[in-house]
Amino acid sequence: MTALSDVSTHAMASARWRISEVAFWVLALACAFLFPSRYLIMTDIVRLGLFALSLDLILGYAGIVSLGHAAFFGVGAYSAGLLALHGIINEPVIALVAAGLVAAVLGFLTSFLVIRGVDLTRLMVTLGIALLLEALAERFSDITGGTDGLQGIEMQPILGLFAFDMFGKTGLFYSLIVLFILFLFARRVVHSPFGLSLRAIRNNPLRAAAIGIPVNRRLIAVYTLAAFYAGIAGALFTQTTALASLDVFSFERSADLMLVLVIGGTGYLYGGLIGAVVFKMLQELFQSITPQYWLFWIGLVLVVIVMVGRARIHSWVLVVPNLVIRQFAGREAAVTVPKADAS
Amino acid sequence: MASILTNLFDGVAYGMLLFVLACGLAVTLGLMNFVNLAHGAFAMAGGYICAVLVNNSGWPFFAALPLAFVGSAVIGVVLERTLYRHLYSRSHLDQVLFSIGLVFMSVAAVDYIMGSSRVFIKLPAALEGQIDLFGVGIGRYRLMIVVICGLLTLALQLILAKTRFGSRLRAAVDDPRAAIGLGINVPQVFAFTFAFGCGLAGLGGALSAEILGLDPYFPLKFMIYFLIVVTVGGSSSITGPFLASLLLGIADVAGKYYVPKVGPFVIYTVMIVILLWRPNGLFGRTAAR
Repeated sequence: MTALSDVSTHAMASARWRISEVAFWVLALACAFLFPSRYLIMTDIVRLGLFALSLDLILGYAGIVSLGHAAFFGVGAYSAGLLALHGIINEPVIALVAAGLVAAVLGFLTSFLVIRGVDLTRLMVTLGIALLLEALAERFSDITGGTDGLQGIEMQPILGLFAFDMFGKTGLFYSLIVLFILFLFARRVVHSPFGLSLRAIRNNPLRAAAIGIPVNRRLIAVYTLAAFYAGIAGALFTQTTALASLDVFSFERSADLMLVLVIGGTGYLYGGLIGAVVFKMLQELFQSITPQYWLFWIGLVLVVIVMVGRARIHSWVLVVPNLVIRQFAGREAAVTVPKADAS
Repeated sequence: MASILTNLFDGVAYGMLLFVLACGLAVTLGLMNFVNLAHGAFAMAGGYICAVLVNNSGWPFFAALPLAFVGSAVIGVVLERTLYRHLYSRSHLDQVLFSIGLVFMSVAAVDYIMGSSRVFIKLPAALEGQIDLFGVGIGRYRLMIVVICGLLTLALQLILAKTRFGSRLRAAVDDPRAAIGLGINVPQVFAFTFAFGCGLAGLGGALSAEILGLDPYFPLKFMIYFLIVVTVGGSSSITGPFLASLLLGIADVAGKYYVPKVGPFVIYTVMIVILLWRPNGLFGRTAAR
């Protein structure tokens, strides 16, 4: 019994809110008020953060490597766009949830394909699904607008109260609230027994099955959930930019997403959010230096991160915050990659 | 009838081209278990080397082809020795990230050096036009591709089956530990094979400029095709990827010609189905590691 209660105390302790986490969200909210001229890029960061959070759920917590996560982003984006364009669901929040559910259904259906096979097969299948959807979207151009994308999307006010303005203020706060709510839910999920069982599966599927965890059912569940999150991120993209084009499915989007998550670190939820901030700032920086060839520097960052080793980079990055926090609280920074997981 | 045969021939040429492009990947991905998404970058390098030599320096096309091979092989061996070999034992995620990074760098670098528009290689007059064979129109260029790639395939098969190096490679792949124990220098064998595969990709890139089109986004556009050849073909022999390339080539050409509305998603669907049905590839026999 003691072992069991130990586990639950440990799980409860790691689920407690920490000062640094509160500080993170206060800082995020402060940024939204402090830089009124930067609404659009901040909305971009929030969307990307949510999308990366979704990949973190399957990559960081369940160990599924996906090269085609943009599939769900794209489905969410087109669903939201079509719902708004044809006036099926005019209220953005309900449309958002509906678009997320469409992506979740797709996630559920494709999860059966993904849970089969080893890493390589998963890579190929996820990549194949994203390419398939891109080809389909191009083919059915009478519905999707083909290479021109969906045009003329008009968004109704949120809850009938807050209209989208041209500076993107509403869009930013809307995205931020959605991100926060979904983050709370994801945080609850990964700290639940369900989340713990996912980690067990990631570390060793065979042993996880041996202690009675239904491996496949858990993977299907988390894959569906991640698809829902990605769909919401895609729908946010459409709703805040009033645009949905074929590049929502593109391979580059999935690849960039990997980079975001790798910069921030996997398996602790904040990785995607921090990574999104760093990635967007890097992108801005590179684009200001070489407008046309920034892809080169992004590629270089990827290569360097892998060559140096992901775990090592994160321990370097966290040196300063750890120093500060140790002064105040006498312990390590909460936002840290669990040492055993940093592989 | 004649058009069916012409299409079939085009498909075969396309498939053989894919095989030459992808068979290096069959070794790195299938045999060494390294997920190298950057394979197309080596093909692109070969294509551009050939294009520069022919168009700017006035080399004859057939003299530039071997140099495309050598150039890509040299780039391959340098990268293998400096970067790739550190990643053999890493997780697939690391390998994917690393090779995507390489692809991005190669795309932007080629864009910077050569410009973003499509590059054409000036062909000798002997390769242009069609010849009539029993009433079937056959493109001279495609005929040359079939001949070159057919000879290469035969040579590869002979090297693998008959030479000492071939048996070393097969031993190193079957069981690296036992091979090291027998005194085979496995890292050297792998490095050489990697370079050779890159060289073949370069040659394929040079040959494919006319058919597939050569621009900086080549590695991204055709990545999925190379991966399909290897994953569908399996990695236990050279015949698997060869048959898979032929199938893919014929299916792609026929699909584009007869059912253009269905578009490329037939290929993706078939790939997904095959992967689910036989995760080790159609012709694979070894268990996936």
